[in-house]
Amino acid sequence: MTATAGPLVAHRLGRFVSLFVFGALLWLAVTWSFDAASLAVGALLCAGVAWGLRRVELDEAPLLLAPLRLAFALAYLPVLLAYVVRANVDVAWRVLHPRLPIRPGIVRARTTLRSPSGRVLLANSITLTPGTLSVDLVGDVLYVHRICVPEQDPDGATERELRKFEFFIRRIFE
Amino acid sequence: MLDLSQPSHLIAFVVMLGGLFFDVVGCLGLVRLPDVYNRLQAGTKCVTLGTFLILLGVLIRFGFDSLGWKAVVCMFFVAMTSPTAAHAIARASHRAGFGLWSGSVGDRYAEDDEGRRAPVSPGEVERQRGPQGREVHP
Repeated sequence: MTATAGPLVAHRLGRFVSLFVFGALLWLAVTWSFDAASLAVGALLCAGVAWGLRRVELDEAPLLLAPLRLAFALAYLPVLLAYVVRANVDVAWRVLHPRLPIRPGIVRARTTLRSPSGRVLLANSITLTPGTLSVDLVGDVLYVHRICVPEQDPDGATERELRKFEFFIRRIFE
Repeated sequence: MLDLSQPSHLIAFVVMLGGLFFDVVGCLGLVRLPDVYNRLQAGTKCVTLGTFLILLGVLIRFGFDSLGWKAVVCMFFVAMTSPTAAHAIARASHRAGFGLWSGSVGDRYAEDDEGRRAPVSPGEVERQRGPQGREVHP
């Protein structure tokens, strides 16, 4: 073993243990059972998952270790939920309307977020909210399918909607 | 399972009914909307909220016991995976050559050659490379 291998092995081992513990807690939450057979199956599965994810690296600090980030993450949930409900009522209205009032198209919007995790959360939030669906993300350019494209300045209008999400996501991840 | 004279059961029933409504609308959208992208919109939004509400109803009915915790975990996974899957399907469909419905009003993704000619901000390309010019996100 070379001099540089030590820290790497320790790093991988630490990740394995933390993933295993996280998986074990999830398993207990789902099975809610403490008999030997269930625990044995859970331990095997968690070890398998932790081993399978051994090369996956996150480039952000853990969320749980930063109280302010966690607070913004919790504050983001009801905001997102409100948008989700509004989006659903909107889509439901369009689907149930006899004349199907849609005006679909793909628009282009730029995100100001820098971190990969933040961009993923933004893209997922967009997919869940008012008539928009993320199609692709190239660098900071996001392609969004809209069920009803605004008549005027569709790209700009979409960007202004992104800013509302970015306010929270930036404070969670950046 | 449900005793509607109990308030918690009644709330659970109403929440599940709402979930059922959105699930039905999502299925209706799959049939009525014209192309794969619009159908994904109905499929992700309505079905995510619909399933979410039904699971929430389960949680309200049973509380945080074995079934309730399963519902919480499922809510989290549905909320995370459904938009990700929809995005993957939309992107793959476009790249496989499925165009937008003829009544659509524009397709920036096609204009930009499916992202190959995307007007990425200056500095973005350098930022995506780690130290020693290594591709971090190929």
